[in-house]
Amino acid sequence: MLKDQDRIFQNLYNDKGSDVAASQSRGDWIKTKEITEKGRDWIINEIKESQLRGRGGAGFPTGLKWSFAPKEVGSRPHYLVINGDESEPGTCKDRDILRFEPHKLIEGCLIASYAVQAHVCYIYIRGEYFVDGQKLQAAIDEAYEKKLLGKNAAGTGWDLDIYIHYGAGAYICGEETALLESLEGKKGQPRLKPPFPALIGLYGCPTIINNVETIAVVPTILRRGAKWFASLGREKNTGTKIFCISGNVNNPCNVEEEMSIPLKELIEVHAGGVIGGWDNLQAVIPGGSSMPLIPKDRCETLKMDFDACVEEKSGLGTAGIVVINKDQDIIKCMARIARFYKHESCGQCTPCREGSGWMWRMLERMAKGDATKDEVDMLGDVTTQIAGHTICAFGEGSSWPVQGLLRHFKKEIQERNNLDPIVQKKNNIPYLVDQHLLDKKNA
Amino acid sequence: MLKLKVNDIDVEVEEGLTVLQACEKAGVEIPRFCYHEKLSIAGNCRMCLVEMEKSPKPIASCAMPAAEGMNIKTNTSLVEKARKGVMEFLLANHPLDCPVCDQGGECDLQDQSMFYGVDKSRFKENKRAVPEKNMGPLIKTQMTRCIHCTRCVRFATEVAGVPELGAIGRGEDMQITTYLEQSMQSELSANVVDLCPVGALTSKPYVFEARPWELKKTETIDIMDAIGSNIRVDTYDWEVKRVLPIINEDINEEWISDKTRYACDGLLHQRLDTPYIKYNGKFEKASWQEVYKIIKSKLENTSKEKVCGFVGDLTNMETAYIFKEFFDRTVETDNYESRSDNRYINISKRENYLFNSSINGIEDADLILLLGANPRYEATILNARIRKSYLKNSTRIVSLNDCGDLTYPYESLDGQTKTIKEIIDDTHKLSKEIESAKKPMIIIGESLLRLENAKYLFENLKDFLNKKNKFSEDWNPLNVLSCDAATVGNFDLGVLNNKTNLIEDLKSNKFEIIFLIGQDDLNFDKKNEFVIYQGSHGDKGAECADIILPGSAYTEQDGYYTNLEGKIQKAFKASYPPGDAKEDWQIINELAEFMNNRKLFNDKEELDSSMLNYLKLQTEKQTEKNNNNSNSDFNNENLKIEIKDYYFSNVVAKSSKTMIECNNAKMNLKSTGTEG
Repeated sequence: MLKDQDRIFQNLYNDKGSDVAASQSRGDWIKTKEITEKGRDWIINEIKESQLRGRGGAGFPTGLKWSFAPKEVGSRPHYLVINGDESEPGTCKDRDILRFEPHKLIEGCLIASYAVQAHVCYIYIRGEYFVDGQKLQAAIDEAYEKKLLGKNAAGTGWDLDIYIHYGAGAYICGEETALLESLEGKKGQPRLKPPFPALIGLYGCPTIINNVETIAVVPTILRRGAKWFASLGREKNTGTKIFCISGNVNNPCNVEEEMSIPLKELIEVHAGGVIGGWDNLQAVIPGGSSMPLIPKDRCETLKMDFDACVEEKSGLGTAGIVVINKDQDIIKCMARIARFYKHESCGQCTPCREGSGWMWRMLERMAKGDATKDEVDMLGDVTTQIAGHTICAFGEGSSWPVQGLLRHFKKEIQERNNLDPIVQKKNNIPYLVDQHLLDKKNA
Repeated sequence: MLKLKVNDIDVEVEEGLTVLQACEKAGVEIPRFCYHEKLSIAGNCRMCLVEMEKSPKPIASCAMPAAEGMNIKTNTSLVEKARKGVMEFLLANHPLDCPVCDQGGECDLQDQSMFYGVDKSRFKENKRAVPEKNMGPLIKTQMTRCIHCTRCVRFATEVAGVPELGAIGRGEDMQITTYLEQSMQSELSANVVDLCPVGALTSKPYVFEARPWELKKTETIDIMDAIGSNIRVDTYDWEVKRVLPIINEDINEEWISDKTRYACDGLLHQRLDTPYIKYNGKFEKASWQEVYKIIKSKLENTSKEKVCGFVGDLTNMETAYIFKEFFDRTVETDNYESRSDNRYINISKRENYLFNSSINGIEDADLILLLGANPRYEATILNARIRKSYLKNSTRIVSLNDCGDLTYPYESLDGQTKTIKEIIDDTHKLSKEIESAKKPMIIIGESLLRLENAKYLFENLKDFLNKKNKFSEDWNPLNVLSCDAATVGNFDLGVLNNKTNLIEDLKSNKFEIIFLIGQDDLNFDKKNEFVIYQGSHGDKGAECADIILPGSAYTEQDGYYTNLEGKIQKAFKASYPPGDAKEDWQIINELAEFMNNRKLFNDKEELDSSMLNYLKLQTEKQTEKNNNNSNSDFNNENLKIEIKDYYFSNVVAKSSKTMIECNNAKMNLKSTGTEG
């Protein structure tokens, strides 16, 4: 259990106020100048040593990402873009940072901009977070007033302007290159990589894109030292993390905890336990809807960090924990998630555009028991045809939950769907073209 | 050069090429739908996935830049599975209506599913249906077939310069549309039909006409404008069913204009199929012998100064040459002319009427000055090159006149010729710009050459460029933008008369016999002249004629054409002339034989070699005459760009129903959609 003094987000529940004065009393905006005076290399190195991994889902080492930015500013300016398009179902951590701890984020923006030599920072917020965006805007305005932003921000000698941009409600715009397209005013569709945004990003300029939480923890790391941050959690999975616990728990909540905390502890201690008791647990989605679920028996010992989740063939993702108890129809749950991905696919590349709808329709039938035996394996086939064959990670995101279902609940699906393959049945199926094959085996 | 391995074959490729191009170099075929050499890379069909060493996922070869030491595999089971998977997804929502699809037989999806697809369908859900879109009179849509490769969208935005196509909706609800349900405002619009890898966008005028394997394919030259686009004419029996572009990187790349493509139905209408004689204001059918006899007696009874001949804008060079020979040798007069207006032309050197910087050169130019030209309508393909140059190098483009939307931004001046004089006199800011530009291009339109001061402007502009040392061995900045296919060829052959002004003489009714070959653009009041018209279509020329000799159109005879750059190209016979009509050179030859009992040429070969020989001699003996007349008077004129109506610029286009529809669609933009 994380000690109170090790908590980075002291105001996660908004009991201490979010204006500059209150933030300063919690340690924000203190010694910002001294931090920047230690130089870019020191900052990037410190972040590298802290082993901070991106909090947006992929877990890419932040220090390494920053070091990809060109060392010298060429003819094109550098940009810092903050990804606040938090649309992953089951995740709501960035929202609380935006509204309750805005100055952690703004100070982080200043330090990160200094480190990657950006004078302009865009914060892309999902359109539904309008009220939270307004709160952030108020905080930005206050920071300008107190000379913490603008020319010679916070006395660091670095000029920085921050702009907020609201999304229009598309999940895919949380993908970093789609976010850039959207920010440029185009249709939000992911770009081809390479080139990576660190070299050719927003308006063709070098751009570093980080999640809200990643940037918000940076000032504290630099103030308290990389060693402190690295001492929390375990090797390569260091620091603290905001976990969002939802679903069939007694007390759904956001809680900042140490990395590698056991999942059971999170649910039992912070979320008030599973509805109906721990034995009523069916499965847990550990990292937002795009991660494969983990069945109950594995949940007993699961430690919540990047590598442990990968060992369970799932992922920490955004740490949006969705608890599913035995009162739920697990196939129906996954069908609903598949519908979400069918609806949010951008439609640019073939496997995801055509495959996400196909998966959803099959799952809907399976939930009703309308599918044939062979379709269960076929569904698995379809998911592998999508994952890894698309432009962005959406392909994986849409097929992994289905793969998780097939991995752990295949028996349940097969029990419900024991129809014979239609080509072996001798009835008339109006939309089947090859009627003449109906009575042939292996047609 | 980068060294990489493709299926264990070592290849070396230049930097900047993609893995797909490297694979092609190694002789390995990569299936693809969205990738197209001339368009930007989308990488969205995912058909070109290949395996790359050290990459856990397969990569899209069309988008991945080739790098040193790459090890690419295309024959592994991973790649095969990926292709089958993508193919299955593409076919999942693609209707299997190949038997009623116009793309059948030349469909990329059909072909590639044979090679890379699976043999049966596992998709048991209902297929998606997408409403049809109105894309005007040229493009038929069947959007259910669309595989969302976005080639058409990229073509419209990049090449055509009209961002009117786009994708709306997302996921499986994504649709390609023109947003406003109207035809694309581009003269290149129908190229999307060629680009579409499936039958989503097909040719409306060609709908359900023929199957590709039934057609006879002839590679030839287009004559709708002076570009000389390389085309393939597909014929079914006598009918020209469709015209398609063929690749010529120096001229039309891969595109052709809508007029080139769709004016071909004009070859079926308004045709002259038998000789006619006018009796009492009415045309009567006649035999060749009859008309020859009348022409012979007329010519014999008229003094040769009273005979004149005019060659039209679609006439091939053989015909123009034999016509000239006929006048020189049989009629013994040089009253022949290929211009239809008083256009200034300095014939003493070929460079004076050519597009000297060449079409390819446009891409290297750093300053383009348009003087009295509207390339969008006068030379559509060339305009696409200017746009390409603009996109590639942000070329600065200045036009004397405001030409409306040219698909690229340009600065327009006041349209007065005194501005040109200021440039020549070194008092205009453009003079400096031209001087400092490495490869400037001055494009002079026919409208400028028709001015009274054309001679002054043209010759002094040339002197100005000379003074600034802009002429070098590899760059000639002076360009004349001819509008018609026959113009340059006729000038090369010397089919013009600079001694007397035949047009003025014609208008003051000085002639007694007027021989028109495909010339329909002359405006004169006919009095007592005897007019002989030889041509393919019944248009203005035939209307005022006393005798009609039915000739052939460009698809019905072999013939040379010289394009505006001075490139000589041969158009091949794809079909044959209707009825009793004959090839044009043959008619003149027979007429000459009828008159003198001696053919001008024994056969086509002799005519060809004689003509080519003549052209060779002409170029050899060319010397620049000193035309310095900078002392002559200059009066300011208002330069107005007069262009023929794009869709009706020649007899073939005028007879085409499709062109009429295009024109109507353009005129009534608001009433073609799904309104009210």
